[in-house]
Amino acid sequence: MTEPILKARGLVKRFGSVTALNGTDFDLFPGEVLAVIGDNGAGKSSLIKCFAGAHTPDEGQMWLNGEEVLFHGTQDARAHGVETVFQTLAVAPALDIASNLFLGREVRKKGFMGTVLRQLDKKGMRRMAGEHLESLGISTLQDITQAVETLSGGQRQAVSVARAAAFGSQVIILDEPTAALGVRESAKVLDLIRDLKARGLTVVLISHNMPQVYEVADRIHVQRLGKRAAVVTPQSASMNDSVGLMTGAIDLPDTDQQLSPV
Amino acid sequence: MPWLFRLSNRELLLVEVQISKGENRVSKKSSSKGAAGKDFELEMTPIRRIQLTLHRYPWLSSLIVLFGVVIAFGTVNERFLLPSTISLMVQQTVIVGSLAIAQALIILTAGIDLSIGSIMIFGQMLMANLAVFTFASNVLPIAGQDPYLAIALGIIAATAAGALNGFLIVRFSLPPFIVTLGTWSIFMGLTLIFFRARTIQGPEMPETLLFLGEGFPVGPFFVTYGLVVMFALYFVVAWVLRNTAWGKHVYAVGDDPVAAALTGINTNRVLFSVYLVAGLIMGITALITIGRVGSASPNVDPMLNLQSITAVVIGGISLFGGRGAVVGALIGSLIVVAVEMGLSLAGVDQAYRTAAIGVLVIVAVGIDQWIRKVKV
Repeated sequence: MTEPILKARGLVKRFGSVTALNGTDFDLFPGEVLAVIGDNGAGKSSLIKCFAGAHTPDEGQMWLNGEEVLFHGTQDARAHGVETVFQTLAVAPALDIASNLFLGREVRKKGFMGTVLRQLDKKGMRRMAGEHLESLGISTLQDITQAVETLSGGQRQAVSVARAAAFGSQVIILDEPTAALGVRESAKVLDLIRDLKARGLTVVLISHNMPQVYEVADRIHVQRLGKRAAVVTPQSASMNDSVGLMTGAIDLPDTDQQLSPV
Repeated sequence: MPWLFRLSNRELLLVEVQISKGENRVSKKSSSKGAAGKDFELEMTPIRRIQLTLHRYPWLSSLIVLFGVVIAFGTVNERFLLPSTISLMVQQTVIVGSLAIAQALIILTAGIDLSIGSIMIFGQMLMANLAVFTFASNVLPIAGQDPYLAIALGIIAATAAGALNGFLIVRFSLPPFIVTLGTWSIFMGLTLIFFRARTIQGPEMPETLLFLGEGFPVGPFFVTYGLVVMFALYFVVAWVLRNTAWGKHVYAVGDDPVAAALTGINTNRVLFSVYLVAGLIMGITALITIGRVGSASPNVDPMLNLQSITAVVIGGISLFGGRGAVVGALIGSLIVVAVEMGLSLAGVDQAYRTAAIGVLVIVAVGIDQWIRKVKV
């Protein structure tokens, strides 16, 4: 049996008197697109923030490629190859596209200018940023020196996804990537997700949008009341079934779930 | 001054090239996409194009204003453009212009520093009192010995004061406005406690402390060493902001601190370092001020902190952080001095001049708001 690339058991995260995660399990297998769905307050965001390093779980264990990990800060998760596109996108609007792609891990010039004066290799970063965007087929972004705030919502999303894809060697987590987008722009982001999968990357997609989830996901993790309620596939469960699982109207025994890779 | 104009021309040329590039791109897009792409692209009206260009180069609007001011006052009164007048104006910017660098760095992080003038004055009083043995400085055991040591200690003290601001802001999550309002009073008080209200006159001081007030002629203009130091500071800070990761992080933190933290930037460290560097610049400005004024007085100008904010804001640096170039602070300082000088040559009363600067500030912030609304 394939080992999960990212595994968690019994994750607990409390915020004061509120328990966001109440012993969640999680399995992500290499090369798949796993959707995480759940009602508001089910703990979707808290769960992925533990993987992203933005939260540190109070209890429970996490494994990345079989090695136990605990992330303290996003930098930590990134160093392990886990990249996250946050709902807020985490971009600096006034900086240009290239600077945003490399924000927090800038590339310095070689030699004296880079090591002593710490000068950045702007040309190199622009070139690499252009290559990344091109390889993802984001051709609408022609001017890499354009400020991100002059881009449309979909283009900003594309910049964030490109940043994650460029550096995410293991797992890419997308938190509600289409929530703020129109129909056409959403379709482009779904294309991007398929593209990431085709390149062999593993993707976690958090979404409220059932049709979109059913369109791209291999498996669907249903989160309910801070726990994993079930794992299904778009083939094994209808959208109505999934909603039933989300709300607690349906209970699915483990034997009917898709706990192994498809 | 001619140096400044040469630089501006070159940068203007750059802007023109960028604008024409933009035109090419837009026309190519619309021709290939045809009618279908139209609903996605806003039409490029001349006004929008201006807005977009100003958005990309925030200091450009202030540069245009500076040219306008110089041309307007130059045609009204030919004395305005005399080399001696220009030399005087540029020398007058040296104190506010240097402090504006520190203020610009802090405002880029969406902060504000009200203590800037008072820390600078504390620094210069410390330098002067350490260099001269006076009744007020007789508590300082090393007073009146080594002028270089005095300068170094003055700069270190100002840097430490900046670091104190940064520490209070970062460690206790206090708003910069409150912290620097507090340290403004504290350092004003410390200046009076340690050094009384005694002005140390130029002739009392060793030559070394007054060195930055001296200078050399460049053609018909007179350039002081203080001015050279100020330009050097601008060059270094502008270079660092544009070319290092730290510079990018300063902008990112000012723009959206939460997003910056999520990308893995240590926002606290960036903020602290900005206040520390600002303190260092205040210390260097202290020495420039002694040279410029020719004495060290605790009441140089109580409005210095507000003037530095004025210069920064007029220079197109957004008070909301993350937007603007440090060179804007220099242009802003020059605008303030040019307007003051022009109106005074025109025989306008001091009270009206002060009011005119106020109008300028409000117009500048209005333009900033308009530019920030840009969308493609």
